[in-house]
Amino acid sequence: MSPILQAIHVEKYFGAFRALNDVSLSVSRGEVVCIIGPSGSGKSTLLRCISQLESIDGGLIAVDDEISGFRLRGESLFCLNDVQIAKQRQRVGMVFQRFNLFPHRSALQNLMEGPVRVQKRPVEECRREALELLRRVGLAEKADAYPNELSGGQQQRVAIARALAMHPQILLFDEPTSALDPELVGEVLSVMKELAQSGMTMVVVTHEIAFCREVADRVVFMDGGAIIAAGSPNDMIVHPQNHRVANFISAVL
Amino acid sequence: MQDLAGVDVQKLKIARPAAYRQIFASILLFVVLAFIIHAFWVGAIEWHYVSDYLFSPPILKGVRGTILMTVCAMFIGVLLGTIVAMMRMSANSALRSAAIAYVWLFRGTPALLQLLLWFNLALIFPTISFFGLFSVNTVDVMTPFVAALLGLGIQQGAYTAEVVRSGILSVDRGQMEAAQSIGMTKIRAMLTIILPQAMRVIVPPIGNETIGMVKLTSLASVIQYSEVLRSVGDVYYANSRVIELLIVAGIWYMVIVTVLSIGQSYIEKYFSKGWGHSPQTRKALSVDSAEAVGTT
Repeated sequence: MSPILQAIHVEKYFGAFRALNDVSLSVSRGEVVCIIGPSGSGKSTLLRCISQLESIDGGLIAVDDEISGFRLRGESLFCLNDVQIAKQRQRVGMVFQRFNLFPHRSALQNLMEGPVRVQKRPVEECRREALELLRRVGLAEKADAYPNELSGGQQQRVAIARALAMHPQILLFDEPTSALDPELVGEVLSVMKELAQSGMTMVVVTHEIAFCREVADRVVFMDGGAIIAAGSPNDMIVHPQNHRVANFISAVL
Repeated sequence: MQDLAGVDVQKLKIARPAAYRQIFASILLFVVLAFIIHAFWVGAIEWHYVSDYLFSPPILKGVRGTILMTVCAMFIGVLLGTIVAMMRMSANSALRSAAIAYVWLFRGTPALLQLLLWFNLALIFPTISFFGLFSVNTVDVMTPFVAALLGLGIQQGAYTAEVVRSGILSVDRGQMEAAQSIGMTKIRAMLTIILPQAMRVIVPPIGNETIGMVKLTSLASVIQYSEVLRSVGDVYYANSRVIELLIVAGIWYMVIVTVLSIGQSYIEKYFSKGWGHSPQTRKALSVDSAEAVGTT
């Protein structure tokens, strides 16, 4: 079976700054890939390109063998329009560092917004499923709460449930625990661990080395906009071969 | 250094200074107020004219005209303003330029001038034709109501566009990204996620502008639209009780503005959903999500 996500020779520039430098990465169905690396190394940019919040300047990204953001005709890549890109984005869920819940909607409404308004599924079905998802992240009793009445950890769990409500084929996490107080990190990580065990395909940008070691199938190290090394958690974290990886691991542990 | 050893702290009381300044200011204001009331009392104002005309049919017709014009002109203003604000923030540079030109043009000239231009449009365009399908005489179309509506509504749109734009800018960028990540197009995200949040910032200045519009409609009296100021004018040209009738108009403006101010506070409460107010109000506002929990 072909990989669910393929990034091939991806290039991204912000003005003259080269944010992604020939990045290639493929992720199989059900695989959990953790991306680590120093800040400014292009980890988040890679995720934002995969979720099409940024457009790429070279290379190709494909989800489930469908090219993201472009249509290939002959030798040319034609840009898709906003409606087509929005449709493609439904396949890729995104969990943000700052949660980005809709503050004017209750937790339940946050989950139902996409399925009801975008996917046009029946309201009752969406409501049942949303409540089930809230139960899954341990927040069934908070369905009616507004984001400002929830702790950071609870907000992030709602955000994960919101992404799941769209039935994405792949879920991206952009430093999901970096904005949390230390005592709230655990509850979010345990939800993510449960997701990984249930067979969800996940790409996680994180600084939680212990989480990578325990949950990841593969760890990718990025620096300067490029992938420097990749391998099993054991090869990357416990016995890193590459000296830059080793330096980074010893600095954050 | 004071010796604190023997002081029983729990028995101490704070002796605040007496509010001499407040008392003095109150007396002063009271005296000024008394002088003003006295002046109006002894002045040659026939107060019974005020009560006679306050609810007379021609005045009430003018009040209806003022309210109608305020509502219609603000509707056009807010609609245009929202569209122009979104154009201004669009990625399309032609739309952006058009929005900037619109604001520049209609904010740059006095409202009264614009009213007169619309009203006298027949001088340069005697007939208006729609792609040769049918044509009408401009004089028939450009009634005082239509001219005032276009003049006030379109210039209001230019001001409202800036208010709406500042509201949109006040919403965190992450909201657009989150909306896009669940498959919304930019337009849908703008309408269902960004604008409802921007309303919290937009409503107070729009309320301010609506109150301004109530009074701006008085300009329409110049082009024979029958609103409060014009209807009291018609009366005092006949009976010469100028001040009495101007007081009648003033009372009606105050009444309309007061009602609008109360309405504004309710609208603000509605759009502050999710920004931390009492659970009771919130329950009342979000009936559907409360039901959702009730059904399970």
